[in-house]
Amino acid sequence: MKKLTIIFTLVLSLAIAFSSCGKKSPKSADGKEVVMGFIYVGPIGDGGWTYAHEQGRKYVEQETGIRTIFKESVPEGAEVKEVVRNMIDQGATIIAATSFGYMDYIEEIAKEYPNVKFIHCSGYKMGPNMGNYFGRIEQPRYLSGIVAGMKTKTNKIGYVAAFEIPEVIRGINAFTLGVRSVNPKAEVHVRWTHTWYDPAREKEAAKALLDEKCDVIAQHQDTAGPQQAAEERGVFSIGYNSDMSKMAPKAYMTAPIWNWGPYYVDQVKKVMAGTWKPESYWEGMNADIVRLAPLTKNAPDGAEAKVEEIKKKILAGTFNVFSGPIKDQKGKVRVPAGAVMSDEEQLSCNWFVEGVVGTIKGK
Amino acid sequence: MIKMSARSDCSKREATLIRTLAVVFALVTVSFFIMILGHNPISVYISMMDGAFGTGYRLLETLRKSVPLIITSIGISLAFRLKFWNIGAEGQIMMGAMGAAFIALNFPQLPAIILLPLMAFTAMISGGIWGLIPAYFKARWKTNETIFTLMMNYIALKFITYLQYGPWKDPAALGFPKIPNFSQNAVLPDIFGLHAGWVIAIILVILSHIFINYTQPGYEIEVVGGSENTGRYAGMNVNKIIILTIFASGSICGLSGMIEASGVNRTLSVEITRGVGYTAIITSWLSYLKAPVIPIVCILFASMIQGGTFIQMAFQIPQSAAQILQGAILFFVLGSEFFIRYKISFVKQNIPEA
Repeated sequence: MKKLTIIFTLVLSLAIAFSSCGKKSPKSADGKEVVMGFIYVGPIGDGGWTYAHEQGRKYVEQETGIRTIFKESVPEGAEVKEVVRNMIDQGATIIAATSFGYMDYIEEIAKEYPNVKFIHCSGYKMGPNMGNYFGRIEQPRYLSGIVAGMKTKTNKIGYVAAFEIPEVIRGINAFTLGVRSVNPKAEVHVRWTHTWYDPAREKEAAKALLDEKCDVIAQHQDTAGPQQAAEERGVFSIGYNSDMSKMAPKAYMTAPIWNWGPYYVDQVKKVMAGTWKPESYWEGMNADIVRLAPLTKNAPDGAEAKVEEIKKKILAGTFNVFSGPIKDQKGKVRVPAGAVMSDEEQLSCNWFVEGVVGTIKGK
Repeated sequence: MIKMSARSDCSKREATLIRTLAVVFALVTVSFFIMILGHNPISVYISMMDGAFGTGYRLLETLRKSVPLIITSIGISLAFRLKFWNIGAEGQIMMGAMGAAFIALNFPQLPAIILLPLMAFTAMISGGIWGLIPAYFKARWKTNETIFTLMMNYIALKFITYLQYGPWKDPAALGFPKIPNFSQNAVLPDIFGLHAGWVIAIILVILSHIFINYTQPGYEIEVVGGSENTGRYAGMNVNKIIILTIFASGSICGLSGMIEASGVNRTLSVEITRGVGYTAIITSWLSYLKAPVIPIVCILFASMIQGGTFIQMAFQIPQSAAQILQGAILFFVLGSEFFIRYKISFVKQNIPEA
């Protein structure tokens, strides 16, 4: 009797197990099932960076009907290789690694799996089966700078930033240029956290900036920690990654945000059609991969009109955020009038523009 | 009232029964949780086993995760035999990895046959010294080694952070705080698809078993661990035994750090230990500090981690849910040890009437 029960349970459970494996993904041109894996640095509920990618993943499922898998909170260390192996084991044929620090590990493991396609977000390395992708978030950042520059009364804006890498430095520069285009007296005070995802540490950094009399907080972080700090102190904030109005309804004004979905769908379609090639994708607002979130009622009067004016120019291609003259912190002209910073210069940018108060360590 | 007393009469049969029951209780409890998440617990459990052992590749991943656990558990159990509560494996692993990285980054051109042993040697010395400091203080001034070794972990972590953000930062990484990758010569070769660390693990298990059971120093450790005074009475140099054993314990943990840095990470980073130093405390305790049992417990433990990763992807459940599952299993299994080691009886208390 006992044996029978055991056998019965086993059979039943196996049946349940197999019945759930019925769903199959659409196939690519060569007849292989296309499955996309997403590797995230934070939890999908971070309300910022990872959340934005997760929206992209859902968009892929909805638009293409393929199966997707994801793994959240993967540290920027060797563990990412194990996650890749596990994903390939579960059928992944294209993998999106969505944090800068994964780059070297992805480069390494891409060589082990030449038939799997890898796309790495925000890095610069390429391989025969590894591309990279990013967006010109500097454009909406510049626009958000306009909003902040018009709002500040103390002429001090705080900026909570993750790491001293070109991506972050570029963002601070674009933001500052936007601020000073409407308010040449304003300064942007930078504080480094050395983490992408740490709500408490991000919030602490914002508080320290507020103690220095900053009255607008901007951020290059994955969570809404800095927004909450601004909310608690009754000042204003510029978010990042995704609309953060819910987290700080009285402080949040707008945010440069990501719209990854269309890019991911494009990549998947290319894989399905068999035309995928590694590329270095770097588009801006005209490709709609980056946006400025709608301005809330906290934004200053007249900001909407000013933002719209510049936005139109950006979309028309008549305005470049990094067009000269641009001076660095010491007042030296780095980009002369009439010139524009090249992509290479932007990608390796390791200096701050005039108006930024902060230092880049270990230059 | 409830009365607790230590028991020594727990038969193997009883112990096995208690442990099995613990696992069953854990699975049942977590089942409710999985159902709340909207999944079928049975298929989740089967999938977890499948993810850990289902294919050759998955088994390999499980073994890969078990190697640092086994080596570190061997190291820790040596200290635990002395009743020296070494919570500092985490720091010893980090310092070992640091020592190995120092050699790997400074002599990248040395042939592997010289470079790898040199890295291992430096790692063992570094890890050993990191363990030696609290051991010396304990032997000399009777400091509390639990707190001391724990605090040493934080010092090690901050030191590696300093190296990663400061002097060892890769100038080629465009400002991103990472230490350069090791040269190919400094990478542990694969043997049957898994880095050579597993061979070292097996050798260490055998050596440690022989050392504890068949050598004089091993016997001395047992005696001093049982009672320092007995050791002293028998004419043993207790302080010397403590210091040497803890040095050995620390160097084995350091070696584990070298293997992770060289075989898995190919560099040094603050993420290097992944909490192995703490997990290994649990595994060595569950193994009753017995070397032959350690690999079994560690592989089971690693299968839980690997299976957890697998179901997270297969069912798209959050990372925290997979961790709750692991935590619950652990809670029940550790809790069951209490019932194996102690007897609980309900006795009527006779309160003398006033």
